[in-house]
Amino acid sequence: MNETAATDPVLSKRPQSRVWRKLRGHRSAMFGAVLVGMFVLLALAAPILPVPDPAAVDWTAIRQPPSAAHWLGTDELGRDQLSRMIWGARASLMAGVVSVGIAIVIGVPLGIIAGYFGGWTDAVISRCTEALLAIPFLILAIALAAFLGPSLTNAMIAIGIAATPVFIRLTRGQAINVASEDYVESAHAIGLSTGVILRRYIFPNVLPPILVQATLTVASAIIAEASLSFLGLGQQPPAPSWGAMLNVAKGFMTQAPWMALWPGIAIFLVVLGFNLLGDGLRDALDPRED
Amino acid sequence: MNIRRTLLLAALLGTSAMAAQAQTLRIGLESDPDALDPDKSRTFVGRIVFTALCDKLIDVTPDLKLVPQLATEWSVSEDGKTVDMTLREGVVFHDGTPFDGEAVKANIERSQTLEDSVRKSEVSSITEVEVVDPTHVRLRLSAPDAPLLAQLADRSGMMMSPAAFDDDFSAQPVCSGPFKFKNRVAQDKIELEKFADYWNADQIKVDAVSYLPIPDSTVRLANLQSGDLDLINRLAATDVEAVKSAGNLKYERADGLGYQGITFNTNNGAKADNPFGQDPKLRQALSLAIDRNAINQVVFAGLNAPASQFVPAVSPFFDPAYPVPERDVEKAKALLAEAGIEGGIDLELQFPNRPESQQVVQMIQAMAAEAGINITLTAKEFATMLADQAAGDFQASQVGWSGRIDPDGNIYGFVTTGGGFNDGKYSNPEIDRILGEARAVSDEAARKDLYKQANQILQTDLPLFYLYNEAWLYGVSDKVAGFTPSPDGMIRLEGVSLSE
Amino acid sequence: MLTYLARRVMIAIPTLILISIFVFALQKMLPGDPVLALAGDDRDPETLARLRELYHLNDPIWMQYLQWVKNALQGDLGRSIRTGLPVSDMIAQKLPVTIQLAVMSMIFAAAIGIPAGIISAVKKGTITDYAANVIALSGLSIPNFWLGIMLILLVSVKWRLLPASGYVPLSEDPVQSIRTMLMPAFVLGTALAASLMRHTRSAMLGVLRQDYVRTARAKGLAERRVIMHHAFRNALTPVVTLMALLFGELIAGAVLTEQIFTIPGFGKMVVDAVFNRDYAVVQAVVLVTALGFILMNLLADLAYVALNPRLRTG
Repeated sequence: MNETAATDPVLSKRPQSRVWRKLRGHRSAMFGAVLVGMFVLLALAAPILPVPDPAAVDWTAIRQPPSAAHWLGTDELGRDQLSRMIWGARASLMAGVVSVGIAIVIGVPLGIIAGYFGGWTDAVISRCTEALLAIPFLILAIALAAFLGPSLTNAMIAIGIAATPVFIRLTRGQAINVASEDYVESAHAIGLSTGVILRRYIFPNVLPPILVQATLTVASAIIAEASLSFLGLGQQPPAPSWGAMLNVAKGFMTQAPWMALWPGIAIFLVVLGFNLLGDGLRDALDPRED
Repeated sequence: MNIRRTLLLAALLGTSAMAAQAQTLRIGLESDPDALDPDKSRTFVGRIVFTALCDKLIDVTPDLKLVPQLATEWSVSEDGKTVDMTLREGVVFHDGTPFDGEAVKANIERSQTLEDSVRKSEVSSITEVEVVDPTHVRLRLSAPDAPLLAQLADRSGMMMSPAAFDDDFSAQPVCSGPFKFKNRVAQDKIELEKFADYWNADQIKVDAVSYLPIPDSTVRLANLQSGDLDLINRLAATDVEAVKSAGNLKYERADGLGYQGITFNTNNGAKADNPFGQDPKLRQALSLAIDRNAINQVVFAGLNAPASQFVPAVSPFFDPAYPVPERDVEKAKALLAEAGIEGGIDLELQFPNRPESQQVVQMIQAMAAEAGINITLTAKEFATMLADQAAGDFQASQVGWSGRIDPDGNIYGFVTTGGGFNDGKYSNPEIDRILGEARAVSDEAARKDLYKQANQILQTDLPLFYLYNEAWLYGVSDKVAGFTPSPDGMIRLEGVSLSE
Repeated sequence: MLTYLARRVMIAIPTLILISIFVFALQKMLPGDPVLALAGDDRDPETLARLRELYHLNDPIWMQYLQWVKNALQGDLGRSIRTGLPVSDMIAQKLPVTIQLAVMSMIFAAAIGIPAGIISAVKKGTITDYAANVIALSGLSIPNFWLGIMLILLVSVKWRLLPASGYVPLSEDPVQSIRTMLMPAFVLGTALAASLMRHTRSAMLGVLRQDYVRTARAKGLAERRVIMHHAFRNALTPVVTLMALLFGELIAGAVLTEQIFTIPGFGKMVVDAVFNRDYAVVQAVVLVTALGFILMNLLADLAYVALNPRLRTG
């Protein structure tokens, strides 16, 4: 295994360190990474931070503006907005990551199979992919979420499925390119099994562009979760998510604009973070951009 | 040159004068109505549009009295099996067809026989419509039907031009109301214009009316604030302050006939087999654990009316013996203990995924927890929720009803055996008997007594209990004068005027 | 060229069939049905049963599908169960609305994205490059609906500058029509600007490396002229192609934007139809959208081939 690693074009260390160096020098990507890191830390630290219970209601203090007691104000049931923002970060980030995870787990194998085997397998997978791609992403996600029923888990599944075709297409194209490389043909020649070839050569080589796509898709998945929650199809009460908070806040835009301000800004920052990071990754992985 | 200038000026003045005259009242609705055919329509907002478009045989006053509209007089025979009606003379439909006894006959028969009529059950008691002469009809009934007159004050009593029956009626509705149909763009607007030959045309003071469906209450209000709408339906209770504080807006309110409540699955399939479905004490405990006033204050700025009966306080059938219960956690706990519950009990509550319902059920969840009832909330899309309810796939459901003028419409179908809305399949022969009887007698005092008896039983059994009666809230531009809201939630345009 | 075109059209047919089957299956899986979705007020079981019978909702799915295909081939897309209006009429009413929104959004996107892309390519690696990048990506990162509501509150309610929502046909009152569409088009356009910026930038970078640009510079032409005349013109091809491809994203973005601004276009129609379980409308809108999407892709490909003579023989 170690021997092959030394000769494999991607598993060798040098290009990786080159990519890493380029990424570190990419100022906006680093800015994005810091943004994302900040929110991830906040989400992870939610249980140990000294904030009130995000579900603790207080009917004597509904829709209060930011104050010393409630730094970000309170919501429609008198719950602490800061606490809900922090706990909501978990739901929103999870929605982004899990749904992209679903899309990758389904999309990448299908893409590799279509690209590597070609023929009828490819034709069937490709036509289905095209069909799904021709249906606008959000419409597909809404229909799926409505079908599964409103909940955070179902929203993640719906977004994941709706995002899958992009990964199939990307992986397929990449797999076709890699499959025609010399080292794959020689692997065939020395009699390695298809499974081994797919695992050891094709898979690692299709990964870089998928990594870029995944980062960017996390960004759009977070927006998609917010959109579904906005339509009432995402996270359900009393648990918070930024999108669900916005859905409630839109009813109080005139009396309590801050209720919509925080989740809106948070979504913006974290999505911007993922977008910048993904963009930087793409530049870093692009051999032309030196 | 001078003459030309004068002419030009006159023309300009003329057009501006005309522009000032061509006043369109723009009304914001919360959703797009369905088919504009009274025999097919099933949405509440559809009824609002029909109020301007289609006159009914009978109308309703703000204190829920039945008054003449197209029928000027009516009487019910001693045995309750014939209804004699005198019709208004000189009324024409929008297409010029005269309104007469034959038209009434044709309309009722259409409601009864049209393949996709949803009015069939409302007029099923009518066996024959006899046209005595052009201005008199006699309805023969198979059995006494007290709620029938109230039905004739709703869509079943809306008169369409028989000449338009064969056409694509929904696309081009022809009735006899104060406004006639001009244009509809689905999800965008419904435009009506004043009908010059309306029998009560003096009372109609605007030239046209447009209904614009704008589902988001914030955006609906924004349109009112920016002057793009003159009147908005379903003003959010929490926005009332904003309307009051704006110098050029006012708000109107009327108690509504509808309610929101919690329905239990007492008898519909396997899911009914839960402590709350089986033991009325637990349902009573939950009802007592809820502070209805707090819900009204927190979610609805105190503008709705807390409720505990199937009719609202405005109804003559309201029973003062059962006021809205005060929250009593100790008593709730005692009831749970009586029922043998120790250390808390679980209940699944489904609710429609709308922000207001979300707030209400979250409050209920928190209040019930203090009494030892642990509620698990399940949000569902409205269509899904109704499907699950009908299938018995629920323990308890937060659901409501838009309300009817006649008390029968608020209770019969919900609690009688096999009733159309009885999703918990509650069944009590005593209730079936009492409510059946209340349908058959037309004497109001006798009916009141029967509904009192029914209420007594239902308050103990609690197959469903009530949380609040929704109030109708409107945001109105100060350019609009003469608008009076009604408990039935209809926007009546008689006497409504618009100034520049 | 013709064979290429024919092949593309041939491929599109199975795709469309797949879409229609997929959408049909999906909507039949949705819990509840149009009869129930409408039933807030009237859910008398007898009426429900009768309506289901009437609308053939109890037939096997494949039978409903075949019936639908048969009618669709004859140009009959069915009627909306909710409004009773023919779906084809509804589409005809809504198509111009969404096209106007799409075109105006694209103008906003191009006005932001293309200059940002040129600047960041020319100033590659400088703080200006990064700033342009962050600004363009910001548009992509703001939730559409949030920006929409904020704008309504600020521009319509507070400043009274533009109508808060709705739609006025271009033929009725052009000025008011454009004013009404300004905010939604801006909201939608900002989201697309990032893609355009990104592609303009990389196309420009590619062109700026070319010999003829170096030659132009060596000849001592003003930098501005070099960039606009020599570089940008050549970089335009892939950018125009991309704009056609962005059509799909536009429609997807229009879904929520139309919802917020209550614009009676395709996006609003399909979302409402999903919630109302108005099957005939969902099916028709998705199909027409997909058709448009495929068509735009085809156009993009053709434009690409036409603008790159080298590809024509290959």
